[in-house]
Amino acid sequence: MFEDLRDLYNATIIERGRRPRHMRRLEDFDATAKGDNPMCGDRVQVWVKYAGDGTIAATGFDARGCEISKAAADLMVEAVAGHSATSTRRLFAAFRTLAQTGECAECAEELKPMLPLAAVHEYPSRVKCATLPWHALIAALEGEGATTSE
Amino acid sequence: MNAPSFDARLDIAAIRAQFPILEQKIRGKDLVFLDSAASAQKPRAVIDAMVGAMETQYANIHRGLHWMSERTTEAYEATRDAAARLLNAGDRHEIVFVRNSTEGINLVAHSYGRGIMKPGQAVVISAMEHHSNIVPWQMLRDAHGTELRVAPINDAGELDMAAYEALFADGKVGLVAITHMSNVLGSYTPAERIIQIAHAHGAKVLLDGSQAVVHRRVDVRALDADFYVFTGHKLYGPTGIGVLYGKRELLEAMPPWMGGGDMISSVTYERSTWARVPHKFEAGTPAIIEGIGLNAAIEWVEGIGYPAIAAHEAALTDHALSRLSAIEGLTVIGRAQDRGGVVSFTLDRAHAHDIATLLDRAGIAVRAGHHCAEPLMHRLGLESTARASFGIYTTPGEIDVLADTLIKVREFFQ
Ligand SMILES: Cc1ncc(COP(=O)(O)O)c(C=O)c1O
Repeated sequence: MFEDLRDLYNATIIERGRRPRHMRRLEDFDATAKGDNPMCGDRVQVWVKYAGDGTIAATGFDARGCEISKAAADLMVEAVAGHSATSTRRLFAAFRTLAQTGECAECAEELKPMLPLAAVHEYPSRVKCATLPWHALIAALEGEGATTSE
Repeated sequence: MNAPSFDARLDIAAIRAQFPILEQKIRGKDLVFLDSAASAQKPRAVIDAMVGAMETQYANIHRGLHWMSERTTEAYEATRDAAARLLNAGDRHEIVFVRNSTEGINLVAHSYGRGIMKPGQAVVISAMEHHSNIVPWQMLRDAHGTELRVAPINDAGELDMAAYEALFADGKVGLVAITHMSNVLGSYTPAERIIQIAHAHGAKVLLDGSQAVVHRRVDVRALDADFYVFTGHKLYGPTGIGVLYGKRELLEAMPPWMGGGDMISSVTYERSTWARVPHKFEAGTPAIIEGIGLNAAIEWVEGIGYPAIAAHEAALTDHALSRLSAIEGLTVIGRAQDRGGVVSFTLDRAHAHDIATLLDRAGIAVRAGHHCAEPLMHRLGLESTARASFGIYTTPGEIDVLADTLIKVREFFQ
């Protein structure tokens, strides 16, 4: 009865949501931030380790929330590896557009693995689940410590 | 499973016919609205009363000298009588109109809390409060130096009465602010005992009746409640209007909390004097249309009658508990003996938000999340639950649809 929901809960989302590959706290990190969605109680924390040139060498996260938010966090970790703060912000802007509209025009290579999240735009109340980990990551890069998806 | 006995006094089909929204289809399916605890749907009587007021007798109230203003004032003030009757208050001046429960609680926290309570005194809440009955008391604590104490609950979701009573031992408790029915667990609290114990220790009691008043007859005089709040939109009425009941001598002694028009007796630049209660607490133009709508809602609920409502909802809740408990991997959260039409649950394979998204696809509206009760979630060791809540218009068939669909939700996530 829910077959049409497989666009959202596709194999990638289910797999990454259930068995995230990067859901771990970094013991050695340079920046961290928490993200809260106060409306629904979802919460993520992101840890970042920089390389010598200031780009992202490693990211880990802990998430308390639904499959969408965990899968989004897990895929994000891979997308931002090796990126500077500036290019991470650019990726986030493109990802946000993807989550809100389903579109990824001139889609960056790094974002293509996130296309399985495109269907979230059809579920407006769930878009924030997908963007919350990104908000936390950006807050960490900016040294803010905490943010919300509001 | 025994067939549940649904109250023969309630003709649910006739009741449903009074709710225009229930004819809506959601994604081509019949709407199964199981989120009444968040806000209830509105019967035709309420809609018509509000539209009728705007079309035939609308003007500002309490200040006009013309026909329209007088009629509108009468209609609005009639709601005060209706609310007094609903709660069995002895005196209509004990009914203060507020925007919602949240504002009623904040009013008491400001006016009684800062105006009457002394720093060092304590406020007791319970471990199953809505944020709106937690945060105002934290703000009072931080601004005024009162203490905040939390009465624990047991694993079934019932107030631990021995621990509650122990909180009074040092004589510091000045006020108890406790829910009359949990919006997450469905538990009723033993209001009468709560109040007896508090009074025996010289403390006043505010009951948050946001949920309870929807399901059960409330008698503030029999309970001897000092304050009681409820919110119109959960009682089949409009948003933007709620009621604070307060014993008259308490309201008289309390300072106003917002200043402005309508709450004064006279104003000069040197000083102002306050209007009598309840107007002392009703600054500014109120929610006139919504107030008139609330009267219609109260009359509508009274027309059906609490015995029939309570019997119908008890049968629905029993039916829901037995159907849901039978689903593999589903855990019902809260097993209080005395409970109303709210059932929270978790499913082993799916997060509450994912459950809600799937149910929504099937036309079923439930709530998922922390239900504005994060500390309670923490106490239960949960991050979120899904919650089905029932109203007068809920049918056993809708609960069957929920249960059958949940089985498929679980299969989907296998
Ligand atoms: C127990 C309880 N208290 C307070 C409230 C707050 O009601 P309102 O938002 O109308 O002020 C609610 C509603 O969500 C509730 O369930």
